Amino acid sequence: MIRKKGFNFWVIASLAILALYLLFMVYPLFKVMSQSVIDADTGGFSLRYFKQFFSQPYYSGTLINSFKVAVSVAIVSLVIGVPLAYFYNMYEVHGRKTLQLLIILSCMSAPFLGAYAWILLLGRAGVITQFIQNVFGFTIPSIYGFKGILLALSLKLYPLVFLYVSGALKNMDNSLLEASANMGCTGMKRFLKVVLPLCMPSILAAALMVFMRALADFGTPLMIGEGYMTFPVIIYNSYVGEVGTNHNFAAAISVIAIIITLFFFLMQKYLSNKYSFSISAMHHVQRKKASRLGSFFIHLFAYGMVALSLLPQVYLIYLSFRETSSAGIVFLDGYSLKSYQQVFSNMGNVIWNTIRICGSALVIIIVLAILISYLVVRRRNMINGLIDTLSMIPYIIPGAVVGISLILSFNNKYMPLVGTATIMVVCMCIRRIPYTIRSSVAILSQIPISIDEAAESLGAGRVKTLVKITIPMMLNGIFSGAIMSWVTLITELSSSILLYSFRTQTLNVAIYTMVSKGADGRACALSTILMLFTVISLLIFNKFSKDGEIMM
Amino acid sequence: MNVNIRIEHALKKYGDFVAIPDLSLEIRPGEFFTLLGPSGCGKTTLLRMIAGFNSIEGGDFYFGERRINDLDPAKRNIGMVFQNYAVFPHLTVRKNVEFGLKNRKLPKEEIREKTDKFMKLMKIDEYADRLPEKLSGGQQQRVALARALAIEPDVLLMDEPLSNLDAKLRVEMREVIKEIQNRLGITTVYVTHDQEEAMAISDRIAVMSNGVIQQIGTPKALYQRPANRFVATFIGRSNVMEARIYAENGEKGLEFKGGFRQPMHNLGDVQNGQPVVVSVRPEELIIKGFGNDVRSAIKAKVVYSTFLGLNTHYMVEFEDGGRAEIIQESQIDDIISNGTVIDLGVNAEKINVFTEDGLTPLIV
Ligand SMILES: Nc1ncnc2c1ncn2[C@@H]1O[C@H](COP(=O)(O)OP(=O)(O)O)[C@@H](O)[C@H]1O
Ligand SMILES: [Mg+2]
Repeated sequence: MIRKKGFNFWVIASLAILALYLLFMVYPLFKVMSQSVIDADTGGFSLRYFKQFFSQPYYSGTLINSFKVAVSVAIVSLVIGVPLAYFYNMYEVHGRKTLQLLIILSCMSAPFLGAYAWILLLGRAGVITQFIQNVFGFTIPSIYGFKGILLALSLKLYPLVFLYVSGALKNMDNSLLEASANMGCTGMKRFLKVVLPLCMPSILAAALMVFMRALADFGTPLMIGEGYMTFPVIIYNSYVGEVGTNHNFAAAISVIAIIITLFFFLMQKYLSNKYSFSISAMHHVQRKKASRLGSFFIHLFAYGMVALSLLPQVYLIYLSFRETSSAGIVFLDGYSLKSYQQVFSNMGNVIWNTIRICGSALVIIIVLAILISYLVVRRRNMINGLIDTLSMIPYIIPGAVVGISLILSFNNKYMPLVGTATIMVVCMCIRRIPYTIRSSVAILSQIPISIDEAAESLGAGRVKTLVKITIPMMLNGIFSGAIMSWVTLITELSSSILLYSFRTQTLNVAIYTMVSKGADGRACALSTILMLFTVISLLIFNKFSKDGEIMM
Repeated sequence: MNVNIRIEHALKKYGDFVAIPDLSLEIRPGEFFTLLGPSGCGKTTLLRMIAGFNSIEGGDFYFGERRINDLDPAKRNIGMVFQNYAVFPHLTVRKNVEFGLKNRKLPKEEIREKTDKFMKLMKIDEYADRLPEKLSGGQQQRVALARALAIEPDVLLMDEPLSNLDAKLRVEMREVIKEIQNRLGITTVYVTHDQEEAMAISDRIAVMSNGVIQQIGTPKALYQRPANRFVATFIGRSNVMEARIYAENGEKGLEFKGGFRQPMHNLGDVQNGQPVVVSVRPEELIIKGFGNDVRSAIKAKVVYSTFLGLNTHYMVEFEDGGRAEIIQESQIDDIISNGTVIDLGVNAEKINVFTEDGLTPLIV
């Protein structure tokens, strides 16, 4: 291009962002890889950690376990989420907006909390277990282990499938449905032959996302797995070291994890390329009235799923108002606000930490995402292409691995970040920013370049155009993305649990550490507060977003 | 105000692809100048080079005496109107129109006054405080035009500003544009692929094809004396017929297939027997009668006819299978029925003759 003015600003921005990525992501990942092949004792090259991992079933078994969990959860989530999205978008459903809000809400808390509540409900001493035991006189099967993990994670993750597929269905043109009906293809046949293939890219993307989350989830297996070990648990254990810390071993497991997720990422890419076509609806799908019986079934299914997946959270809210022993760890008969009193008198700093750490991360994420998406979409060049690629890498890096990589890299005297709030902010930024960038890029790509040119021909420089025209036009979309980011940040666990210190404990970490020790009124109160944050965020989102479109 | 635009040997490449090899033209001050050509011929490319949104690989661009090749688009003092309107959706109509004035840091009263003036001019003052999404396409384009004009640009550039509007609005808006441009006398470069629109609106038109200007001229000149076969067929409709030159006994003319000879008085440098192409507009084909000798008429058979009130169109077929269209003022007699063999002549003053390759006109 011919402009010379402003040249420096954009190049400096590109280089600065590139530098940030190199320092906080590329270098740490490199560090993980190099540590994984260095013998902690001799300091020389060695594959002994990989050998150790694969030769001991205790370790290598976790890989198979993780894999089993992730695949099963993905399948169950699809089985629930795809029909739900189909019914929701094709048929009249009472209380649409509320239903969608509830579905979203049910995926907006840390999975381990679900697991925890399910234990309280269906576990050995669970209320439902005991109720059935007392009334019907038989014991329901144990929910510990694989089944429990599957239950807790699926109920937490099917909303992602719902959202992705809903997005695709909203973009489907009604005339396609009418055309296929004209040719005698209706009902189930049409769903399988027309609707499903058209949604396939979104289904695959959702499946990958669920798979990755289930694979990387750390709290649930620890909570309800009872010995059913998955690899994030091993990473955590070899880092905090019940049997002595071993960073190099943690690094080796991380490398194995990355290779696996990379494989699935590439597979998903390959599959969705095969199915990729752009559809944009001129005529949105007309929702039909289902038959009486059909409508009954649809409502039963939709609201039943929502009730089931919200049950754990509701139960925790209930518990938070129960009377507890003075230490807070035994529930007694009657109700009180004691748990809340204890929380506010002792744990105010945890709430403040959450706001301060997640808040800073959010601001940085938004600013960087806007800048990066602008560079990627409007000022495409080699450096910005590189940034684009780099920014997508965290998609496939499990949270625990990001955590370990940062610890390994910033545990030195030059950049002693371990234990600081900074490292937590950095970690959150790295993990969340790909999503925000994707949604910003999507929004920006829809703004025609002629808008920028119009501004410029009217005498506005590039920076001014960005600030006065482009960003305000992106704002609605960015805002809906930001609220989703906020909710994901405050419920983040798998890397915070590795990175937090006494001074930087967040709500979610605090809850986890408490419930991992057993029943706890304070944890219930904290999780209720966290839920309240989430609900408020969602309501704000609903108020401000134009069409209730969620940007993950 | 009122600058002329001079382009000398402009070269545009997209990577290895040469979109515009070597283009020169001059646009007069205050002129309504149109770039016309089929889609993909490089109109937008050239316009964006003038606007400063495309890099310039070679040549010189001048506004008046000022070379603008390296001038920032924001400093060229151009008003630009886009096909997709490009109104800022988050700003009210007033704020849209003000936008350019604010960038000039004019005093508040002046901004208000000019904004009001141009909103009134474009008849959008009643929507001043609405957001663009509440306006129809035509109204949005009015906003875009008011916004472009408000900065009182030296040059107004428009890229297919009417193509997103429906047919009726398109005609209405082109009257508006023409009238405003006349009133303000602002040098205007207009891009369109619609030849009728170009004819209706322009002072002069440059017909482009494959990045090359085929002809520059007034609508009348382009229609009546096209410079080559491409222009003849692109502007209006033309029947292209093969013929030979005859030059005998001091008389020159065209000999059509079948032997009909048409004497011509305006042929330039031609040789006896030279093959040529003749471009005959439908209204330049004259139905002379029925059943005459082949030497005194072109024989053709009516394939079908269309009665359109004022005119009647006939599609006819020659003996060699070639077809031509005739437009005749509707007669009170019956329409000639399909299958009838008719005798045709041509309006010798109006028809155009080109060399066999269609590139050089032979009429002087
Ligand atoms: N940004 C671009 N990159 C590569 N080729 C382009 C670009 N813009 C236009 N072209 C090519 O240049 C030629 C002229 O395009 P354009 O100026 O848009 O045509 P018009 O406006 O007359 O329809 C076309 O062949 C088009 O494919
Ligand atoms: Mg164009």
